[in-house]
Amino acid sequence: MEIIPFFSIILFLSSPKNPFLDHTHTHHSGKLEISFMEFGATSRKKNKMVNGNQKFRTEITALVVDDDTTNRTIHRRLLQNLGIENQEVRNGKEAIDIHSSGRNFDLILMDMDMPIMNGIEATKQLRAMGIRSTIVGVSTRSMEEKVQEFMEAGLDDYQEKPLTSAKLISILHKMNHNGSV
Amino acid sequence: MDGVVQLQRQLVDYTASLFHEGFLDEQFNQLQQLQDENNPDFVVEVVSLFFEDSERLLNELAKALEQQSVDFKRIDAHVHQLKGSSSSIGAQRVQKACIAFRNYCDEQNTEGCLKCLQQVKHEYSLMKTKLETLFKLQRRVLAAGGSIPKPI
Repeated sequence: MEIIPFFSIILFLSSPKNPFLDHTHTHHSGKLEISFMEFGATSRKKNKMVNGNQKFRTEITALVVDDDTTNRTIHRRLLQNLGIENQEVRNGKEAIDIHSSGRNFDLILMDMDMPIMNGIEATKQLRAMGIRSTIVGVSTRSMEEKVQEFMEAGLDDYQEKPLTSAKLISILHKMNHNGSV
Repeated sequence: MDGVVQLQRQLVDYTASLFHEGFLDEQFNQLQQLQDENNPDFVVEVVSLFFEDSERLLNELAKALEQQSVDFKRIDAHVHQLKGSSSSIGAQRVQKACIAFRNYCDEQNTEGCLKCLQQVKHEYSLMKTKLETLFKLQRRVLAAGGSIPKPI
């Protein structure tokens, strides 16, 4: 199989006129490109090139942590659209609990403001537990100090809401670049 | 008798007007792009969730502002949440009304907050009516055998 230059795929996928984001194109073709974003040889071996309408899956798993139902639904759909298996929890405490139960995720999308336990506290605790997943803070907060505090809690990246396909793709790009899965 | 083409044109024009008038922004396009044959009702589903959440939050806000001792922190939290979810679906005017609201929360100004709540409720209700009209138009297009034009 041909290895298309990585960078050009990212640009192509993030462009607003990307036909692969158009529903008239077969679903798998956009996700086929995503396969080249895959992290490491083992992943590449696991990802099969599929024909027809077979649902394409990557090996990345993600956890959405957000107290708002609307946001959780959108973020999960964005992830699903990129072939990323995902789960959701409603606050920081539930995020801790799911990890304590032994579950692990490659990517965690962490909202900042949540009841019971907020994103800053949850991020600190996850890092203290030894969780090395990519944690991306997602929030509408634009105040520098809050974002700084959030980053210092142990985030790998921060994205301003609302989340879009392009932002998610840039997150995946950074994940691959850092070699962390 | 409306032909499919005419209905589709009506739909396109109406959708464009919502963007023009600032009711919707680019984020709404994002949602439409996430709708496909496997998720054919995605936009309606998400918007319905938004309506449910928003109505609950607006009720909570009204109650909170009626209290003897107003809890501005709690009110701010609710408005923050409404701002977040409205920006996620592209409800630009509701989002902007929330931003103004939060300024009055910061000042702990009850009168100002009450006025803002009215403003947010007004924008929300306008938005809801417009979106319901949009979805009705979409259903008519689909029922006539047409398809909903995708945003570019």
